[in-house]
Amino acid sequence: MEKTLDLFSPTETGIVKTVTGEGKIKRRLFDMGITPGAQITMRKKAPLGDPIEVTLRGYELTLRKTEASCVTMEIK
Amino acid sequence: MRDDGDKITMLTMALAGNPNSGKTTLFNSLTGSTAHVGNWPGVTVDKKEGVYKKCPEPIAIIDLPGIYSLSPYTPEEVIARNYILDEQPDCVINIVDATNLERNLYLTTQILEIDVPVVIALNMIDAVEKVGDKLDEKALEKALGVPVVKISALKETGLDELMARAYEVSKRERLGKTVIEDAAVRHLIGDVKIALDGQNVKDPLFHAVKLVECDSIEVEMHPSALKTVEEFKKTHSDGIFGDDYEALIADARYKYISKNFSSVIKRKNEDRMKMTSSDKADKVLTHKIWGIPIFLLILFAIFHLTFSEDLLYLGAIFGLPSLEDLGLTVDGEAINYGVRWLACFYDGAVFSPGVIINNIWNDMLVGELFGFLEGLVENSGMADWAIGLVNNGVIEGVGSVLSFLPPILVLFLFFSILEDSGYMARIAFILDRMFRRFGLSGRAFMPMIMGFGCSVPAMINTRTLADDKERTATIRVIPFFSCGAKLPILTAVAGAVVAVFGIGNADVITFSMYVLGIVAAIVSVLLMRSTTLSGETPPFIMELPSYHAPQFKNLMLHLWDKAKHFIKKAFTIIMASTIIIWVLTHFSFSWQFLADEEINQSILANISRFVQPVLTPLGFGSQLGEYGWVFVVAAVAGLIAKENVISTFATLAACLAAVASLSLAGLDIEAEDGVDAVQAMINATNVTVPALIAFIAFNMTTIPCFAAVGTARSELGDKKRFNGTLIFWLASSYIIASMIYTIGSWWWTAFIWAAVIAIVVAVIVMRNKKAALK
Repeated sequence: MEKTLDLFSPTETGIVKTVTGEGKIKRRLFDMGITPGAQITMRKKAPLGDPIEVTLRGYELTLRKTEASCVTMEIK
Repeated sequence: MRDDGDKITMLTMALAGNPNSGKTTLFNSLTGSTAHVGNWPGVTVDKKEGVYKKCPEPIAIIDLPGIYSLSPYTPEEVIARNYILDEQPDCVINIVDATNLERNLYLTTQILEIDVPVVIALNMIDAVEKVGDKLDEKALEKALGVPVVKISALKETGLDELMARAYEVSKRERLGKTVIEDAAVRHLIGDVKIALDGQNVKDPLFHAVKLVECDSIEVEMHPSALKTVEEFKKTHSDGIFGDDYEALIADARYKYISKNFSSVIKRKNEDRMKMTSSDKADKVLTHKIWGIPIFLLILFAIFHLTFSEDLLYLGAIFGLPSLEDLGLTVDGEAINYGVRWLACFYDGAVFSPGVIINNIWNDMLVGELFGFLEGLVENSGMADWAIGLVNNGVIEGVGSVLSFLPPILVLFLFFSILEDSGYMARIAFILDRMFRRFGLSGRAFMPMIMGFGCSVPAMINTRTLADDKERTATIRVIPFFSCGAKLPILTAVAGAVVAVFGIGNADVITFSMYVLGIVAAIVSVLLMRSTTLSGETPPFIMELPSYHAPQFKNLMLHLWDKAKHFIKKAFTIIMASTIIIWVLTHFSFSWQFLADEEINQSILANISRFVQPVLTPLGFGSQLGEYGWVFVVAAVAGLIAKENVISTFATLAACLAAVASLSLAGLDIEAEDGVDAVQAMINATNVTVPALIAFIAFNMTTIPCFAAVGTARSELGDKKRFNGTLIFWLASSYIIASMIYTIGSWWWTAFIWAAVIAIVVAVIVMRNKKAALK
């Protein structure tokens, strides 16, 4: 099943399939390790519902839902 | 291009690595007391430099900004990249966080592409080994082809070996090497590299890879080589990535890392999702419901511990007796030296640590010293004008700046603790949603809140904001977050308002001025983001580092840097400005020395009289009559440094007292809090309460001190943007102050202001709608 990262609920895990989005955002996502094949686990949402916190490549990353919507995930 | 002549021959090594990888700790351990802070050429981003002395020859260590990648998307990345490429250090020490190998090595793979000797410092190895994991640094060394040394920057282990290996490789040339294995891309990179080689470009491999990625800086630098890239891309299309070479290369780096290095680290416990103590702390601190209240509580605690004169409200709750009640002071004078010390800690209430340090510094140390110095000058037998210049100009000016050192440092200490512990990043995480409404990211919170301490480091801190327009907007509103030096203006004027007019409560006035500053900042940001600085809300993609206890040594070094900065400011810019002000008030246009009672004829009085009518809508202009210009003088002195506003009042009060019309009966104009000095001004000018409040608001929101203006100038870079910023500060302070004065004097003018604001908002909304339709 495929869905974008912003639609994940806490503790859900998936593999990055594609990354879209405007140049700067996409570049930043790549630099932070969100590349096709990376495993990402959703940790939690911020108290106001956005941004979200995820675990990937052994560290914690936060990004907004709008940015997370650029990341299409494959769920096992 | 070195700024110090004597360093031309010294070996230079650059420290590069991810943020939170322990780079600062390593730098401090290597360089110790030799470190000094300068600026990068062209930008005021801190450039830390120090010397390592334990090798056969001394080595200059340059601390590069913490970065994740060498792509040109934040000013810090550009600085680090340009430094390595242009300044050609003899060796790059790449610090890698062993607890987070994968992402840290991503930067390493890029550094390795540059033709520079590299050594890898595998930091935090103690944390890895503590949980029973094993790391095979020899395997890593073999795969990467550069020395890898296990270190702990914190415990200072492995540092000698690291530097010995770095020294060794710095003597040899090294050619860049890429880890990208995809055959077709490798071929393309090879072709571009040959083309660049032909043009005698340095570091051809690095540039070739970046060109294939269509990196914006490279495309500008090597337009000719771009053709090769474009042609190749037309004939070749990758199955998964299509034409997206940026994705392909980023992916190739991570693929290489995960393929080669998953075997390097042997984990004792395969379960990586188990709760660490950091996770537990995070669960509470970013809790859905409790996260925000806890944050507010922490923020309140910081300001309470720094500024409160009634710690935990013990005095109010238990009705503790004052020193006067206990008979330990008589008419405010301590009965003995011991009581003077006691008075630093307690008087009817226990003081907060910030206030205690402040009292000891000002009452016992600086106060005594400067009193002693003034006495010496007094009895030196110098000419009257010279005594006046040294005592009233120099010593008091410097003393007033030094007196603000304690609260600023205490505030800094708390913010450093928040930053070092990892909580600062969570604050951004919690608040991002709120800040986005104003067109900013949660990260803008840190520089803004730092503005309460001092605008200078706050403005420098904006370099963590990737978006240019967000940065500009943030820099512009930082002075609205009333800094430590503006607090005395607030307390002195508020205190005088209460003392003279018997209206309100000084704390409430001070607090509402802080709130006014915040509101002004929010409104200004909204206004700018919908007019001159409109654009997409900047992205917010940020690492949340693990929580850890801040290190005492780092905190102290950080504070020492700040203290040095302030003391330097006191003895340079402030001393110069107080001397200038003193000269301007004691000389006439014909360069005749004027006695105190002749201040009416001084240069500054004449200039200020000329300016005075302009400030009439603000309440401290023409309506104040003969001595109304004192407020102009103080405001002008405030432009040079905010600390000067109140000390100028004291100087002016002394001058005006010599003029028969002003009586100083019962006023101690030299008093440290400045309340009496302001009272003397009120007596001399009959200024009204709304005008006084407008005066504080004007000083809070107008052009900040010279040091901050200079910082804004270099941080903004662009001259046009800087001039715009100056105009913005002048205009906003003028509008805010006149709004306060007119509404405070004639309440019905509120309707006129409301109508004007409504029209402005309507025009902006309509204009933006029109633009959106186009």
